[in-house]
Amino acid sequence: MTKWVRRRYLALKVVSEQPVNERDVMDAVWNAVLKLFGEYGASQANLRLMEYDPQRNFAVVRCSHTVLERVRASIASITEINGKPAVIHVIGVSGTLRALRKKALT
Amino acid sequence: MRRFVDLHLRAPIKDLDQVERMVRKSSELGYRLVGILLPPSVTRDQINQLQHICNDAKIDLVTRVNFSPKTPRELLHNLRRFRRKFEVISVTCTSKGVARQAAKDRRVDLLHFPATNLRKRFFDHAEAELASKALSSLEIEMAPLLLLTGFLRIRLLSRLRREVAIAERLKVPVTISSGATNEYLIRGPHDYAALTTLFDMAMPSALRALSENPLAIVERNRAKLSPDYVAPGIRVVGRKSGD
Repeated sequence: MTKWVRRRYLALKVVSEQPVNERDVMDAVWNAVLKLFGEYGASQANLRLMEYDPQRNFAVVRCSHTVLERVRASIASITEINGKPAVIHVIGVSGTLRALRKKALT
Repeated sequence: MRRFVDLHLRAPIKDLDQVERMVRKSSELGYRLVGILLPPSVTRDQINQLQHICNDAKIDLVTRVNFSPKTPRELLHNLRRFRRKFEVISVTCTSKGVARQAAKDRRVDLLHFPATNLRKRFFDHAEAELASKALSSLEIEMAPLLLLTGFLRIRLLSRLRREVAIAERLKVPVTISSGATNEYLIRGPHDYAALTTLFDMAMPSALRALSENPLAIVERNRAKLSPDYVAPGIRVVGRKSGD
């Protein structure tokens, strides 16, 4: 029997001096995870970008629930995107996309 | 609900726009109290201006001063002069003598050690024992963790892991603060808690280090600085008028 994979969805707010696209955001997140936890750690994260709104600089990322704190630490350690000062704040975490949208909007 | 505290914003108090941006960001991220690092020579007017900015952002201001004395004697002199002027006093320990004096002096709230010069991080068992008796708290600044890279960050993490383990064993309260110089270095309390897992701090301890521990320092000092305070456990509850 296949084990049910538990996931966590993170709502992110990107603050940067220049406009950034979804690729820049995911590159920054992947690089931060790689830097802090290496390739083995990154392979456990199951990171995936679910949605990105460039107007509001709002992104939703999915990861495995066992590595949530690691992913959060990696995201917090980002200080620049494309060589410009930037920060990514986690504004909400949830087990389902629907609950996350509700939480992030309120 | 937890009240999160950031006791160390290194905001340039001459640039009030920058202070306002940092205070607003802190408030937005869920902090309810912020400690702004002030020079010992700060005037009442400057504090009032900062108070005004904090009130607008619906956040409580804590006045904080940091001393980096070269000798224990200089530290005692500074404490005598400034203890009653500021709500929080931290000491950057640059020598073992200063570190020991700061740890055993009840007027010192936070023990702070340089992040880049690991030879000057004197937080060992002896230091922790003194700090535990005097209710001093070990301050861990998060900005260097964000700014350092490579080998320097590895060494800092390793040292922090050791210090946190000693502090936990000897029951020295740990306080986590941002040490941010601009709004790009401020993170939310839960993000800081996640970062502390890098040096093996348990999540409940990390959340305590961001809320209860700094809050206890501020409340204790505010009570002491109030005119009704007499001695530990004794305070004036009423005054007779007329005589």
